[in-house]
Amino acid sequence: MTSSDKWQLGGRHRKLGAMERMRGVARYTDDLRLPRMLHAKILRSPHAHARILSIDASRALGMPGVIAVITGSDMPTPYGVIPWTTDENALAIEKALYVGDGVACVAAESEELALRALKGIEVEYEVLPAYFDPEEALAAEETINPYARKGNLSKKVELEFGDVDAALHGAALVIEADYEFHGTTHGAIEPHCALAKVDADGLLTVWSATQVPHYLHRELAKVLETPARQIRVIQPPLGGAFGGKSEPFDLEFCVAKLSQITGRPVKLLYTREEVFYAHRGRHPMKMHYRVGFDASGKLLAVDAKTVLDGGAYSSFGLVTTYYSGQLLCAPYELGAYRFDSRRAYTNKPACGPKRGHGSVQPRFAMEVSLDKAAVELGIDPIDLRRKNAMGEDCLTVNELRVGSNGFLDCLAAVEEASGWKQRRAKLGFGHGLGVAGSTYISGTNYCIYPNDMPQAAVQITLDRSGRARIFSGASDIGQGSDTMLAVIAGEELGLPTEDIRVLSADTDLCPVDLGAYSSRITLMVGNACLEAARKLRKKVTQSVAKRWECSPKQVNLVAREAIDMHDPERRAPLVEAFQWAEADHGLLGEVGSYDTPKDRHGSYRGGAIGASPAYSFTAHVAEVKVDAETGEVGLVKIWCAHDCGTAISRGLVEGQIEGSCYMGAAEVVLESHGVNSEMGGLHHGPSLLDYRMPTTLDTPEIEALIVEAPDARGPHGAKEAGEGPLHSTIPAIVNAIYDAVGVRVDDLPVTPAKLVRALAAQAEKGGV
Amino acid sequence: MLPLLRTPVATPHTLEEALSLLAEPGARILAGGTDILPNLKRGLGSPSTLVSLHAVDALRGVSVGDAGLSIGAGTTLTQVATSGDVKRMAPSLAEAAESVASPQIRNMATLGGNVCLDTRCRWVNQSDFWRGALGGCLKSAGMNPEASFAQAGVCHVVPGGKRCVAAISADTVPVLIALDATARVASASGTHRLPLAELYVNDGVQNLALEPGEMLLGVDVPTHAGARRERYVKWRVRGSIDFPLVSAALRFDLDAGALTQARLVVGVLGARPKQVAVQKVALGRPLDQALATELAELAHRQCKPLENVPYEAGHRRHMLRVLVRRAIEALADEA
Repeated sequence: MTSSDKWQLGGRHRKLGAMERMRGVARYTDDLRLPRMLHAKILRSPHAHARILSIDASRALGMPGVIAVITGSDMPTPYGVIPWTTDENALAIEKALYVGDGVACVAAESEELALRALKGIEVEYEVLPAYFDPEEALAAEETINPYARKGNLSKKVELEFGDVDAALHGAALVIEADYEFHGTTHGAIEPHCALAKVDADGLLTVWSATQVPHYLHRELAKVLETPARQIRVIQPPLGGAFGGKSEPFDLEFCVAKLSQITGRPVKLLYTREEVFYAHRGRHPMKMHYRVGFDASGKLLAVDAKTVLDGGAYSSFGLVTTYYSGQLLCAPYELGAYRFDSRRAYTNKPACGPKRGHGSVQPRFAMEVSLDKAAVELGIDPIDLRRKNAMGEDCLTVNELRVGSNGFLDCLAAVEEASGWKQRRAKLGFGHGLGVAGSTYISGTNYCIYPNDMPQAAVQITLDRSGRARIFSGASDIGQGSDTMLAVIAGEELGLPTEDIRVLSADTDLCPVDLGAYSSRITLMVGNACLEAARKLRKKVTQSVAKRWECSPKQVNLVAREAIDMHDPERRAPLVEAFQWAEADHGLLGEVGSYDTPKDRHGSYRGGAIGASPAYSFTAHVAEVKVDAETGEVGLVKIWCAHDCGTAISRGLVEGQIEGSCYMGAAEVVLESHGVNSEMGGLHHGPSLLDYRMPTTLDTPEIEALIVEAPDARGPHGAKEAGEGPLHSTIPAIVNAIYDAVGVRVDDLPVTPAKLVRALAAQAEKGGV
Repeated sequence: MLPLLRTPVATPHTLEEALSLLAEPGARILAGGTDILPNLKRGLGSPSTLVSLHAVDALRGVSVGDAGLSIGAGTTLTQVATSGDVKRMAPSLAEAAESVASPQIRNMATLGGNVCLDTRCRWVNQSDFWRGALGGCLKSAGMNPEASFAQAGVCHVVPGGKRCVAAISADTVPVLIALDATARVASASGTHRLPLAELYVNDGVQNLALEPGEMLLGVDVPTHAGARRERYVKWRVRGSIDFPLVSAALRFDLDAGALTQARLVVGVLGARPKQVAVQKVALGRPLDQALATELAELAHRQCKPLENVPYEAGHRRHMLRVLVRRAIEALADEA
């Protein structure tokens, strides 16, 4: 078929489950209630770093309605989402490592009784020196994490490609500066929640607001010392995740263990404050960049030195440390490249993956450096990016194989839509336009735990009522992956999405999927789904062809009908075609699976990290109005063009672009996950009042522009859309602020006070 | 989510019933609930009873008399913000009411609740767990008898400070003071009136000059026959939801283009609003650019925000100067 034959692909679809959510009847984890259910609460450390000398729960256990109390020694096996860095216990054993670290968990007949019982648990602490600055932690003698092997150095990566020193030495222009990313969190509106029950046969079922049911399944088996076959993990509808629910958390182990101990269902819902302590948000990074250019603006070399503030645990930190360097090597040819990234343990909530894992911070440093170079060289910033664009089917300096690449089209799209050429020079003081570009992965070629099995699998069955069921382990976290699967299957099988049931994210019912992270689902699970759907299509078209005595190739399945493409008058209802096929083949079920290519990365150590089957590309133009007297930045409009390969469902792609822009914009001017020495390691304001996420009055107008450069490795050419469009939002806004008022703030967030100070310093120098 | 611990709620239907319930030790008023309920969830307070006012109709409504506006304490902020009488006779009050929080909150929150809003501080408006980690402070230590705080006498904002500097954060209060409003206060033993400015004392722990068992019935805002320009301005980071980080109410009465009365009342400094001394400079002069600059300088000189609410105190002070100057410039343009 040619693309013009597509009847579902690239259309607009109502998201599966959308009406349930709009009507308020979707059942989230906290909506689930089971008979005899207990409620659990976790006692948390008030100290940023303290040895636990003793825990006495006898008073709590004597309180009416209190059923059980567990502590770290009840679950001594350490875990970690990355198998090489298992440095976390379900509850602290030897030491508490940050304010909010879990120390004990109580199960009681009601939430209120559980809360009151926390005050009946006596913990004796020996307070230890705490470190809130990564460089101070690296220099300290005291080791924060008891499982750490190299003091407070959580991970170090040093890689060099080409001769950076020589290239910088010969450069006509070197932009050298220190950049700082401050740290932000996800802000999913649904707090983490988990419910566990053990049935009479010993099967443990855990419902959890997670985006990685499979990894949770594995870690539960390990920590609870219970065979994985005796555990079932179910992910109910999720109220947002954004990377903040992509590994196991204390509450899941606690409810499971307490359920095993008490024989009763146990539920635990985090408070908003606990969500801030669970964190795993974007790492604060201190970045020293030297970026060299020749006189024409050609990039010669990048030298990046980065310190990552990891918090108390590794989380995905090993990967984050690699990503902070590895993902910078597109969409520009870098010439030579060196990065030195060090992640430190600190006595703070652990950082981890947030939408655009590890690469949002360096992208900010890089794109601001490019903007500075454009000014120095007198080149239009869009033209400077064009000049350095790497193009399609090429190898990056760190040996990643890039396939399709729509970056130049993205640049052209935002240049045109924003009126860049006509408007930019004419905007007065205080009013500016800024540009930035970026790239991101569509999943990673290597799984978190090494194995030879496929990364994704889907099973589809058809039944004689004329519908399809898709069984997929993938986690729909609001991004619409269930809908994406329904569109892909419906396209092949002639079914509109409303005739397709997607059963996802249940480890008993569905094939294994690794989860919703690193923007992997559309490409990987989409490919697996396409394979299964095509096998079924073949069976159905064969059965139709047999009855019509024609070639199966001329049978098309569209809009609930089988149609003879050579004789469009000849049609049969799809339900009848399915019945013919079931008569011929028996139960109509097929599976599809997908594994990543293993030949698209460098052979050096670490070369596989950051390698993806396909890369998305993005360009942003941001328009701002700055009040130079108050330092307030008004976000007027953002144009974002994103190359998603092929848009499987346009509305969903646009939704991801818009959501990414909002999230990124808030990280520039509003949100800050503040934990430092000023408040003794306490979070400055662990609430949605003090952690200022934008309201509708604070968000700019957004124009989402879809660019399609289909990649041979994606299903119908599709690549990712969920994370890439966040990256260049941030530097585009920062560059627009410079365009507006002529000063730069290289440490985020751009607060009014910082901007006023920068403008005052500029005025003192006689500038502007 | 943080659950609200069980507290008995009484629902009187008359003012007399409400006042007698409020006379019980430890009883607190529950009006819109938008301030007290989040505070109680965080362990700020432990009332023996919540006296709900939702069935006391006598407390609600805006009326106009010879002396001016009379607004019941139970009138919602939405009603205040949208009342034609308030918009006509005290436009800056409507402006202030409309700037509180969000539409849903204003539909619940009452004017009385805003006038009696508890003071706020970034070291206090946190969870029980959070405050306990630091050992509490001057304000929070006494608010939860279940918590055993070690540092009851400490101030984290002013090291060594003995008086709590938690900030008055109510949007309507600076305006009501600038408009010379009076408060009607009742207890089981009778009713009295006092200038609204005298309702506040300089102590963040309890900044209301109300005795236990006393209740605000409403506020009266006198009318002004002549020309008047008034405005309420606040700085906050987001366009909605946020409490003010610094605020100012301005009122200028004019006769033949010359100022006969001038008021500038600033909020979110310490426990009570500050009345900037502007008369000496302003009276007799026209409302113009030069006055805008001078009064903004006066406000900047006389007001020193503390690190009691979020965002740098220095920038909040800077913002006060800018907001005051711009507000007067805008009022001058109207004139």
